[in-house]
Amino acid sequence: MSYSDATVWTIIAIMGIGTYLIRFSFLGLIGNRQMPEWVLRHLRYTPVAVLPGLVAPLVVWPDATGGSPDPARMAAALITLAVSWWRSSMLQGAVVGAATLALLLWIS
Amino acid sequence: MTSTTRKSAFVRGTLDSVPFLVVGVPFAVLFGVVATEAGLDVAQVLGMSILVIAGASQFTAVQLMSDNAPVWTVLAAALAVNLRMAMYSASLQPHLGAARFRQRALVSYLNVDGSYALSIQEYEARPAMTLGEKLGYFFGTMVLMTPLWFAGSWVGAVAGQALPESLAMDFAMPILFLALVGPMLRTLAHLGAAVTSVLAAMLLSFMPQGTGILLAGLVAMAVGAEIERRMKR
Repeated sequence: MSYSDATVWTIIAIMGIGTYLIRFSFLGLIGNRQMPEWVLRHLRYTPVAVLPGLVAPLVVWPDATGGSPDPARMAAALITLAVSWWRSSMLQGAVVGAATLALLLWIS
Repeated sequence: MTSTTRKSAFVRGTLDSVPFLVVGVPFAVLFGVVATEAGLDVAQVLGMSILVIAGASQFTAVQLMSDNAPVWTVLAAALAVNLRMAMYSASLQPHLGAARFRQRALVSYLNVDGSYALSIQEYEARPAMTLGEKLGYFFGTMVLMTPLWFAGSWVGAVAGQALPESLAMDFAMPILFLALVGPMLRTLAHLGAAVTSVLAAMLLSFMPQGTGILLAGLVAMAVGAEIERRMKR
């Protein structure tokens, strides 16, 4: 990371203010008016649209191996996703996924 | 509205929040660890947890910062992850809109995944709740979570400096995000958005650090929304 301290604090402050304004939006300011349905329809998909894309390159080209695909990390990622989906539980997915990675790295 | 029913709603909210602590506290500690690995100091880690209180966007920001992404992409991606909270805000409005300004301002600060999910479920299950009880319940869900979120981040930041390389902490964030996404993939539209997001992010990885994900996110949102629209017809 090559940002100055001031830049980091600026990022933190703007994230804080922006996030607060998002949370305050309807409850605080807009009152009873409804957002248009098409906007709500897009907003529903923000987490599933952003998070998988953020993770994909880290899974396929991990920094720790200098960017070459690593079977242990790939397997751990798939198992995390499968278990959390199957059990509908973030906690179970994360625990099983982390255990898989630890086991595979230990074996290899 | 009596103060006893308000108090019992507060206590109920606190008890209902306990399962969320089981996930939330380790999540906070991991944030501290990952952020420290990325290069934030303890004050910055704690500052982010206090000012933002939104785990997924904090991880997003830290991930992009460790890639030295341009500041505007860090902000745009982190805030995009929090846009869903506009929906939370809109959906709490009919229940808490009549509260005093100061109370609504505080609810807004504490409106996170856990408090929103618990509260909206409670309000729908018990339509007879008064405004006071609804506020009591909402604040009850956050009375443990908030200090533990701060404390967990701090512990992670301090402990993170002592963790050995062999723990493969580089992969803590991918595992957490995948575990977060898994349970959301309940409809074809969600699945379509997630698959689009992965493919687009990989295809666009040639773009300057952090900018590909924004475009990928927009395309994936549109795909999710479009599948939903077509399935409804």
